Amino acid sequence: MKALITLIRIELFKIFRKGRTYIGFGAIFLIIFAIQAGIYFEGQNVFDFILQQLEQNFFFEGNLINGYLITYIVLNTLWIHVPILVALVTGDLIAGEANAGTFRLILTRPVSRVKLLIAKFLAGWTYTFLLVLFMAILGMGMGILIFGKGDLMVLKSTINFFPADELPWRFFAAFAYGMLSMTVVAALAFMLSAFSDNSIGPIIGAVAIIIGITIISTIGFSWMKTLNPYLFTSYLPGWQQFFEFDINKGKLIKSVLVQLSYLIAFLGVAIVYFRKKDILS
Amino acid sequence: MNKETYIELISVSKHYKKLRAVAELSMKVYKGDIYGFLGPNGAGKSTSIRMMLSLISPTSGEIKLFGKDLAHNRYQTLSRIGALIEKPDFYNYLSARKNLQILGKISKVENLSLRIDETLDLVGLLDRGNSKVKSYSQGMRQRLGIAQSLLHNPDLIILDEPANGLDPQGQKEMRQLIRDINREKGITVLISSHILNEIEQIANRMVIIDKGKSVVEGDVQELLNEGEMKVSFFVSNPSKVLQTIQSSTFAKHYVDSVEDKITLTLTHEQVPEITRFLVEKNIEVFAIKPLRSLEEYFLTITKA
Repeated sequence: MKALITLIRIELFKIFRKGRTYIGFGAIFLIIFAIQAGIYFEGQNVFDFILQQLEQNFFFEGNLINGYLITYIVLNTLWIHVPILVALVTGDLIAGEANAGTFRLILTRPVSRVKLLIAKFLAGWTYTFLLVLFMAILGMGMGILIFGKGDLMVLKSTINFFPADELPWRFFAAFAYGMLSMTVVAALAFMLSAFSDNSIGPIIGAVAIIIGITIISTIGFSWMKTLNPYLFTSYLPGWQQFFEFDINKGKLIKSVLVQLSYLIAFLGVAIVYFRKKDILS
Repeated sequence: MNKETYIELISVSKHYKKLRAVAELSMKVYKGDIYGFLGPNGAGKSTSIRMMLSLISPTSGEIKLFGKDLAHNRYQTLSRIGALIEKPDFYNYLSARKNLQILGKISKVENLSLRIDETLDLVGLLDRGNSKVKSYSQGMRQRLGIAQSLLHNPDLIILDEPANGLDPQGQKEMRQLIRDINREKGITVLISSHILNEIEQIANRMVIIDKGKSVVEGDVQELLNEGEMKVSFFVSNPSKVLQTIQSSTFAKHYVDSVEDKITLTLTHEQVPEITRFLVEKNIEVFAIKPLRSLEEYFLTITKA
């Protein structure tokens, strides 16, 4: 256990000494800043336009442009970008070492390959966690600071209003679910990284797999309909379940279980393959 | 006296689909050796070294380090080995000291800071320890490579082409460093190199491999003295010497004559015989120069 902790600390040290690590945090900061600035200056006009038709039948009262709405918009926007940012670091964890030739230094020392891989993944997971946490703090914290609190209106097939006092747990659960989804993305990039000696392949590969499957699933081919329930990509937007009045527990549990299955499978394949991989770089 | 065997390869092979990189290679490195690992490019040296360090799994055969099977004792055996394989790659965005800290922690080195200073001092990089590796020259990287291999006080170091990319002065310093490591610290060294002169100067034992197979293994000087070699005699009167030799039993050994130098092909034992013969014929012999170097021997062996 002590050896594993040492390895995790080393891997975290390496991750946070690399410039590319901060690209993710920088990108999230810029996107959230742009969203908040846009809403601050133009939000009321856009909101009035959206509500124009609804106001014929409903009467809206209170602060609807608030920190929670900003957070909800941020969640919608960033779940597209975060997988790319996660893959940028986790896809480099193994392939980056192979590419740099540093596996020759590390693996000729008394270190277990399995432990090294576990340490690398946990370090990558820590980065993913911090990225999502940064997104949550920046989105919600700055949102509340600038726009204050209020009820959340969610437009889906129905108009759902959530009172402000129950929003903290809903957002906490949504971020926790999002964290699980991003961990699966990290595991996918990590597995591809184990197969490769160059970081570009796993990073692009992971993003291409997610986007590709999502596009094919969305087109609505009948043969895809039977596959969709078994694809992890179908569950990536599952955080939205926490913004429904009646949360379908069965559906939620299934979403979590499918994602956990993929997580274990991706990591398992990476470990089994890398344990016997010839280090030729 | 039986010497302790540090590395033993028993009929080790490595195949990549149809390519046979190493074919039933057997060799032994004893405690205290500076062991030369020679072979032309593509002979399988790097693959063999990677197998010794468990970076690559052999297709068949057995590798024993310190008398123990590597496959089942990887952790114990690797903790006694330092290695520098091919070019020395490090985390370029970190300083030399940080690189050594990472490697030292993995190897569980005690008093790590002190040990880092010692090894950096040994390779002459103490002053540049805090500089990022990306600012290092090739020579400095090679020396840092040696430093990391020594960090955990190993009993054996494996150096794959350690003089690669070094200028003649750097190569000389590297040879001296390896000699010092072997003599003063008692560390056994396996060194692969394509610079044959390097092996000739520092190794006591060697193996030559070609097409993945061991061609010859043994004591460097004994191997060099085996069989015939070209020997040049620098004499006072070459034309007289030429006549004397051609009318003697040594005529068949004559190769050529250039100015005051006459060259013959002789066995190790024949050198004093012909010297005596020339002196008895009142010929002044100023110098005798054996021409067979390891390079020539290497080419003869690998061509055969």
